[in-house]
Amino acid sequence: MLLVLLVVVVLNFLMLHLAPGDIADTIAQTMGGADEQDMAELRKQYGLDQPFFIQLFNYVVRVALLDFGHSHFYNLPVFDLIMERFPATLLLVFSAQILSLFVGILLGVYAAQNPNGLSSLFVNMFSLFGYAAPVFWTGILLLIAFSLHIPIFPVSGMRDITIESGNFFVHFFDVLRHLFLPMITLASIFFAYYSRLCRASMLEVLGADFVRTAKAKGLSKKDVLLKHALKNSLSPVITFAGLSFSAVVSGAILVETVYSWPGLGTLAFNSIISRDTPVLLGILIFSTLMVTVGNLLTDLTLKALDPRIKI
Amino acid sequence: MEDLVSINNLNIEARTRAGTLKVVNDLSFTIKKSETLCVVGESGCGKSVTALSLMSLLPEGILNVSSGDILFDNTNLAQLSEAEIEGIRGNDISMIFQEPMTSLNPLFTVGEQVSEVIRRHKNLNKEKAWVSAVELLDAVKIPNPDKRAFDYPFQLSGGQRQRVMIAIALACQPKILIADEPTTALDVTIQAEILALINMLKQETGTAVMFITHDMAVVAQMADRVVVMHPGKKVEEGTVHEIFNNPQHEYTKSLLAAVPKLGEMASKKYPEPMRLVGEKKTKALKPIVGTNEPLLEVNNLVTRYPVKGGVLRRTVARVHAVEDVSFTIMKGKTLSLVGESGCGKSTVGRSLIRLVEPTSGDVNLDGQNILSLNQKDMREARSNIQMVFQDPFSSLNPQRPLFDQVAEPLRNYGTVKREILQEKIGDLFDRVKLPRSFMQRYPHQLSGGQRQRIAIARALALNPKLIIADEAVSALDVSVQAQVLNLMMELQVDLGLSFLFISHDMAVVERVSHDVGVMYLGRLVEIGPRQAIFRNPQHPYTQDLLKAVPIADPDKRKSERDLNFKPLPSPIHDLNYKAEPSVYRKVAKDHYVLTTDCGY
Repeated sequence: MLLVLLVVVVLNFLMLHLAPGDIADTIAQTMGGADEQDMAELRKQYGLDQPFFIQLFNYVVRVALLDFGHSHFYNLPVFDLIMERFPATLLLVFSAQILSLFVGILLGVYAAQNPNGLSSLFVNMFSLFGYAAPVFWTGILLLIAFSLHIPIFPVSGMRDITIESGNFFVHFFDVLRHLFLPMITLASIFFAYYSRLCRASMLEVLGADFVRTAKAKGLSKKDVLLKHALKNSLSPVITFAGLSFSAVVSGAILVETVYSWPGLGTLAFNSIISRDTPVLLGILIFSTLMVTVGNLLTDLTLKALDPRIKI
Repeated sequence: MEDLVSINNLNIEARTRAGTLKVVNDLSFTIKKSETLCVVGESGCGKSVTALSLMSLLPEGILNVSSGDILFDNTNLAQLSEAEIEGIRGNDISMIFQEPMTSLNPLFTVGEQVSEVIRRHKNLNKEKAWVSAVELLDAVKIPNPDKRAFDYPFQLSGGQRQRVMIAIALACQPKILIADEPTTALDVTIQAEILALINMLKQETGTAVMFITHDMAVVAQMADRVVVMHPGKKVEEGTVHEIFNNPQHEYTKSLLAAVPKLGEMASKKYPEPMRLVGEKKTKALKPIVGTNEPLLEVNNLVTRYPVKGGVLRRTVARVHAVEDVSFTIMKGKTLSLVGESGCGKSTVGRSLIRLVEPTSGDVNLDGQNILSLNQKDMREARSNIQMVFQDPFSSLNPQRPLFDQVAEPLRNYGTVKREILQEKIGDLFDRVKLPRSFMQRYPHQLSGGQRQRIAIARALALNPKLIIADEAVSALDVSVQAQVLNLMMELQVDLGLSFLFISHDMAVVERVSHDVGVMYLGRLVEIGPRQAIFRNPQHPYTQDLLKAVPIADPDKRKSERDLNFKPLPSPIHDLNYKAEPSVYRKVAKDHYVLTTDCGY
């Protein structure tokens, strides 16, 4: 895992350096132009006059010490900036992932009971919509619906700053209310995948010999379905959920932009616009971290689910 | 005695795209309390479907009872609600299935799976149900049941899993136990033990047994009464002695005649073709004399697999799959390797063509040392040895027409010009007795026996000198098995082929081989001419193995006392383990028996 992080740090650094122009150009631009001497001064200040490998080495060492540099745009340490936004993204990503897993599995199990019936068709259509609709489009539609027609959920931000109560629960429910739409939007793509996958793997498992054994034991339909079949059909779904974790993270960036959710997505968007390299590098590292942790969680869940898996 | 189950004029239909198909046709029979009724017939005769209908477990929408009724304990099962049926299943009627490997849920411990059925029907709390689950595991002779109850199915052997299934089935003292081919997938030694166990438990609990099988020898071991089924219909019913001593129906007679009986080849020097179901006389074949010219000489073959472990995936131990094995196969003759699963017989076959790389030893094919060849020469050498595998369903590519699959070896070696390829493949299809019109078909359009013929045609394509048949007929029905074996023997006569026949079925081995080698835990414990091995077995393991084979005679039943198999020890040893060389004693000409320890 540490190795993955190191490789990502190095690759990110390489990629951003391959792009023409550097921070000095950007700063000069925002200052309204600079002469050669000022440019050299700036480059020296940011260590850009050093040979490439020294820059890389310095960067890696600093990252290892949790020093991600300084944002010239926000004029704040990158680490502080990210830490301020990170919990919001984490909340969005995990809640969307859990919601889509829950709904997807529920729909999948439901559809598998009667694979050729109306309910199965309905679930299939529903997932087809989830696949097909781009997440920002779903987001904008929901945004219009809930801001103009049924204004029960707030459509932007994460907190209502007019709340003055010091009660924890008041704030908690306020965040939940704000979370609702972005979470649904982000989850809408993935529950489609999960429900299709869960349906397929449920259907396969329902034909297995041990399901016949469970029925032969005289267990009720519910026990056969939810105890014996479901547990066995979960592993492909969980595996896929782990693999799509990175897609959820990148989807979050779009969703955050649509709903002005104060997470890493909006920060990333702004830093790309303003060529804020240190912030961008920091965000990349944090999303890598999130994806690797997500994969680790997947492996651990699979291990807990299936005693045959050894890590 | 009172009837426990009575099936009256049962008709079961299958709905297919081509229309409805009668699977069970006007079937009636009864099962009395505490008796064992064997239902015997070949696959597709409707015997399993009948059992499933008794459990009310027919797959919905695919199979359904169109008329007739099933009375259990004087209640008509069709009139019960789903909940009432669920109360009977696993409680009064219980069932064990053919495939112990897949019949248990892989994600629950065996203790949970046994106690689940007790909690379902007996209203016991978790602790009490667990205690009786452990008692049940003890009753089905699982060693250390209190510890093994925490094991998952994958940690148990096939035989042990079937014991767990029996424990589940007997947990609620059912009035009837349905056993659907419970030993077909098991080794002959394990089969003998499981059969003895079912008989013993039946006597202790007084439960009736409906035993479904295709194997007449098993019928002779188990049955009080027998029902013989032939596509969908009952053709004969009677006590086990009536059926075996005085069969009335032609089909029963031919079924009994087709069963290879252990010992019937004792006076015959050369292999003989199998009798076919429905054919009175076997087609005369020239005696398969063979030659005494060695084709393949194997000396001190050792194959070990590394066991990787730890963070760095280093080798931490070795599986000693094949340990110091030597044998010779003569031109035009068949050597059979027999033994239980895990004894290394398949690994020997694979080592010979270096599908697995042997650790040491010599393999000489017609004077060429195969193990010292480089990749290019090995490729050439492989054209002389071809393999036929066990599972005809997975050893053919489902997405290529059969022509291409049989032609592939020829194309690979480029030995045949394109113009005559068509003709050559046609000849091969003729050889294995498949119509040439099959050339453009796909594997799923063929039956198991036909697929195995394709596998043989593919093996023959390169005119090999030796064919390794790795359990090549084990997955087939008795009558189909006989046909495929006869084909192989015919090819041996016509082409002078040699076979390495790997099998666990002693009766088949006795029929087809010139020489027999018995393997145990990676070692060849005894080898010699077929007659010598079967008539005068020297090694205690060979003797016990022969004792375990069921005999198709109801007067010669085995009890648990006759069997004394120890569980197979582990072939995994640490890196420092030094394997002893195998030392043999000469019993007679060409008959050798292992004198050093083999773990048995």
